[in-house]
Amino acid sequence: MKLYFKYMKILMRSQMQYRSSFLMVALGQLIYPFPLYAGVVLLVGRFGEIGGWTVPELTFCFGSLLISYSIAEAFARGFDLFSHMVRTGGFDRVLVRPRSTILQVLGSRFELNRAGKLAGSLGLYIWAAANLDILWSIDKVAVAFFMAAAGVFVFSGIFVLAGVWSFWTISGNELLNILTDGTREMARFPLDVYKSKIILLFVFVVPIASANFLPLLYITGKALENRLLYAFSPLLGLLFIFPCLLLWKTGVRHYKSTGS
Amino acid sequence: MKAYLSFFRIRFLNNLQYKVAAWAGMATQFVWGGMYILLYSAIYSFSSSPKPMELDQLTTYVWLQQAFLALIMLWYRDSGLFDLILSGDVAYELVRPVNLYPMWYARLLSQRLAGVLLRFAPIIIVSILLPFPYGLSAPASLPSFMLFLGTLLNGTLLTVAYSMLISISMFRTLSAVGSLTLFGILSEFLAGMVIPLPLMPESLQKILMVLPFWLTGDFPFRIYTGHIPVQEALGGIMLQFLWTAVLITAGVLWLRSIKKKIVLQGG
Amino acid sequence: MIDVNNLNKSFKVYKRKNGAFGAVRSMLRPDFEYIQALDDVSFSIGKGEIVGYIGPNGAGKSTTVKVLSGILVPDSGTVTVGGLVPWKDRKTHVANIGVVFGQKSQLWWDVPVHDSFELLGDIYRLPQDKYQKNVSMLTELLDLSDLMPVPVRQLSLGQRVRCEIAASLLHEPGILFLDEPTIGLDAVSKLAVRKFIREINKEKGVTVILTTHDTGDIEALAERILLIGKGRILYDGKFGDLKKRFRGSRTLKVHFSNTPCGIPMTGGILNSRVMENVAEIEFNPDVITASDLISYISGLFQITDLEINTMVAEEIIAGLYREYKI
Repeated sequence: MKLYFKYMKILMRSQMQYRSSFLMVALGQLIYPFPLYAGVVLLVGRFGEIGGWTVPELTFCFGSLLISYSIAEAFARGFDLFSHMVRTGGFDRVLVRPRSTILQVLGSRFELNRAGKLAGSLGLYIWAAANLDILWSIDKVAVAFFMAAAGVFVFSGIFVLAGVWSFWTISGNELLNILTDGTREMARFPLDVYKSKIILLFVFVVPIASANFLPLLYITGKALENRLLYAFSPLLGLLFIFPCLLLWKTGVRHYKSTGS
Repeated sequence: MKAYLSFFRIRFLNNLQYKVAAWAGMATQFVWGGMYILLYSAIYSFSSSPKPMELDQLTTYVWLQQAFLALIMLWYRDSGLFDLILSGDVAYELVRPVNLYPMWYARLLSQRLAGVLLRFAPIIIVSILLPFPYGLSAPASLPSFMLFLGTLLNGTLLTVAYSMLISISMFRTLSAVGSLTLFGILSEFLAGMVIPLPLMPESLQKILMVLPFWLTGDFPFRIYTGHIPVQEALGGIMLQFLWTAVLITAGVLWLRSIKKKIVLQGG
Repeated sequence: MIDVNNLNKSFKVYKRKNGAFGAVRSMLRPDFEYIQALDDVSFSIGKGEIVGYIGPNGAGKSTTVKVLSGILVPDSGTVTVGGLVPWKDRKTHVANIGVVFGQKSQLWWDVPVHDSFELLGDIYRLPQDKYQKNVSMLTELLDLSDLMPVPVRQLSLGQRVRCEIAASLLHEPGILFLDEPTIGLDAVSKLAVRKFIREINKEKGVTVILTTHDTGDIEALAERILLIGKGRILYDGKFGDLKKRFRGSRTLKVHFSNTPCGIPMTGGILNSRVMENVAEIEFNPDVITASDLISYISGLFQITDLEINTMVAEEIIAGLYREYKI
């Protein structure tokens, strides 16, 4: 852990060397959530509602999701961009150092500029939370917190999977976008709006639903039965990271038998 | 001219090699298309408000968007070009006895054409096979189809002119990601890729239809579905030409002024 | 120190086809073949040796280095480095090796050198006093004190390579792998790097394995060389012996007043090449003396100028490559 903070310190200092471009990126990140917000507002304006959810509810959902996403991106981006590390031979360097590969890859990147996206999303999130037609009780605040945390873990897990992919081939990163961007895009709306069995995939395989409509049903009071199940659904997302890390270890083993 | 053509050819063939990327791209596009169609069909089935576009028109629109994404993506990044500028290797490009603008234009164009050539057919075929109204419907008429092809290619020229501006801006900000995210997000919304233009309020549509962004994809796709009748397309085509000319002129002038006071990175 | 026995490693290589049609076809059915990167490689290296590992590109040099440094697991064969199997116990093993991958930086590009060093100290869990001691020792030996507060991206290549080498020795490894350490360096930096490698080898007893294309490196550093070609070890022995083996051969360069159609062979001439009106004749002085050769040639053609060379390291290596047809 101490080493990880050292990594972050050095990466932050590196990024501060390019102040103007840092600000530019952060600004770009800041406005990122707003076209999505506009999309939601426009669609609701056109059709009255989306799957029975109101604008504040929809905004709360994708606001929370983007908070998770920007945090995961800031910290676990090293895995997302891991193909680059494999291509440039950077992973060989990781392997000749006596520390865990996970820690080193995690420490290879820290995207401070994602604070921009975080701030933009947080703005929308707070607005939505204030405009939700509910009373914020302690339990709901807690569920909302774990909802966002579950999102961080699910997205980090997906990034790790993206890294695992690069152990086998460094091409086809676009396919990884299905996982990373696809999950994010799909989960922009409470998943039940799709009225499709496909959402089971997002409950049991890539459990982003645990950072999406499942806890949201609890928070907005729409879950009438089995309320505890909905309240504890974020747990599923937190656990997701473990199989991902296991796959990472398999990937390292494969890399060591084939090279780059 | 011959130099640019052979440059185009080499890049084109080279880009055709990215087969895994192509498979992956196709898979992504299927997922994307499916996602939007799920969303819209769910919305359509539960909403009683008047629809600005029939569901089958909308799904056709979405599938075309996915099939031809490589042609219409406004934020498309040519990382090779960016690396060239960032590393200062652009100096080699500058010493060649050709003009930078057409050479890079050829590069970006070849990339998009190769990308679309590898991808569009399977997406079109599979989406045709999907049941009505979830699949790709036939074009509104033969003239619509012909006009669709023409405007799509014309729009590609416009898209490339736009990506040229973004690439050139790299000399300035030296932050690919910065300018890309900023302009990419905005232009994608303006081009109707977040939600299709016809689903937006009338007043907003009026504004967006003056800007160049919708001309790249939204315009040809709506001609295909018949949402824009053939006889009403002339204005849009003129606008495509106009904007392409404007963006290319701007790019050429900008690049020229930058080359005069160029500061090579890392050189 | 290092024992390698019957090491084998093969890779799967995808073949690409040309043209648009080929691209589509190979998309559907990729073709691949296996190439044998290491073919029954065996050698052992003692503590404190400097070994030059040479061979043309793609011969298997970097595969070997990757296996020895624990990055790659071989198909078969045994390897022990300092009693450990490199790929079995990665963390313990790599704590005792230093690796300089030529042309690739292990330093953090945008921060001052000493920040990179500090982070490396943490990565290798060096106690503060040991870290300080090693940094000051390396700073002195490599003359780094002026470079320490400079961001790496502002260093010249020569300065950076010195820092890279220091970085890979911070944790006092017993074995140092150097992959093309002097590539692209100017003459002064090259000499400084070579001098330093000799010093740490002598004073600290560090075992050095050096892959290089620069024969100057070999001549200056390596008493022993390993030649690898097409995955096989072709020569393992003293560089001095090689010199003796090739000493027999010398080259006579002759300028003629007009272009000869070729040099007729005679006893002692090993090889000859004619370019325009210049001929390079490789000969064995034990069979034919230089003066005999000159009078033989001058009897055939009009000579305007001539020079005679003994073989330098570069030609010895080139001669080796020719001899083994690699």
